[in-house]
Amino acid sequence: MDAGALIAFVTKRVPEAVASSHAWRGDATLVLRREHLIETARVLRDDAALAMNLLVDLTAVDYSTHGESPVPAFFSSSGVSTRTDSSIPDENPWPGPPLGAHFAVVYHFFSTTLTHRLRLVVPLAAADEEVDTVSAIWPAANWLEREAWDMFGIRFNGHPDPRRILMYEEFEGPPLRKDYPVNARQPLIGPEN
Amino acid sequence: MPENPSFLTSRINEALGWARKYSIFQYPFVTACCGMEYMAAACSHYDIDRFGAGFPRFSPRQADVLFVVGTISHKMAPVLRKIYDQMAEPKWVIAFGVCTCTGGFYNNYATVMGIDTILPVDVYIPGCPPRPEIVLDGLMKLQDRIAEQHTSGERPAPETRPDDLEKEWMPAL
Repeated sequence: MDAGALIAFVTKRVPEAVASSHAWRGDATLVLRREHLIETARVLRDDAALAMNLLVDLTAVDYSTHGESPVPAFFSSSGVSTRTDSSIPDENPWPGPPLGAHFAVVYHFFSTTLTHRLRLVVPLAAADEEVDTVSAIWPAANWLEREAWDMFGIRFNGHPDPRRILMYEEFEGPPLRKDYPVNARQPLIGPEN
Repeated sequence: MPENPSFLTSRINEALGWARKYSIFQYPFVTACCGMEYMAAACSHYDIDRFGAGFPRFSPRQADVLFVVGTISHKMAPVLRKIYDQMAEPKWVIAFGVCTCTGGFYNNYATVMGIDTILPVDVYIPGCPPRPEIVLDGLMKLQDRIAEQHTSGERPAPETRPDDLEKEWMPAL
């Protein structure tokens, strides 16, 4: 199925879950409400017309400083022409935080049998960064959710092994949040440089 | 029966220096992309073996030069220090690549901004990654340093450990 057909199919199957959608340059993206995530995930994997058996990536975005500095258009500083093919509808390439949220958890799915892709975005509010785990549905989510927890501090309800995966135990604070200064080091040995 | 003791001992020191510089057992502590250039320097085209440094020893007890190749993160730093401490004297350290010299282009929460904050370094080989010719040039500079340390009697890799490294950072096993 192509991007538009995918969006139409999923929106028809789980209409109360989908908040919005767009298909930009052939990539289908659905913005989902948090409470319907598990139900939608099961539909994506088990429905024969979707058959999304591969969770390609699970990551998070911190939108808290979005819009504070001007965002340049694609490659505008490199001199490369940015005119796109006119048959692809060119919505705003940087749509910004979905539903104005603080965080978003982004899932990328692929079907190895039907070879189509889908992106799910689950927006989360600032003080409430919790979402259900999908590691019971796709086991790959186990480590990916541990990384999102370690880097962004997003909690996954029902995760079988909720601990850090990248940073060391003594490290304080999720480092990839916008309010963590990018070069604030916490050395275990040696001077604080 | 040495007539002039200092003449004979200095010849012995020179011989020791010559022998040590042409029989380097390196510990390639490879973490990142610089490892590719290390392998290129070690393989047949650029051939580090013609300098006598062809055999890596992956045990710190058997190695005398620690090649720190690639970015060192703060999570890795205690491990690197432990490996350095486990090496027997005489030992030398080469900082291979800009990530080990100064932190490279990584100015973030995870990277050690230069391993000379945690280890004493003898030769810095900058580059991202350095070409094998630069690696061989750095190795030759290290060889000069090895030879002259033996003739001058200077102890290799002087301990320049800052005072706060003395604190207890490894849990008692």
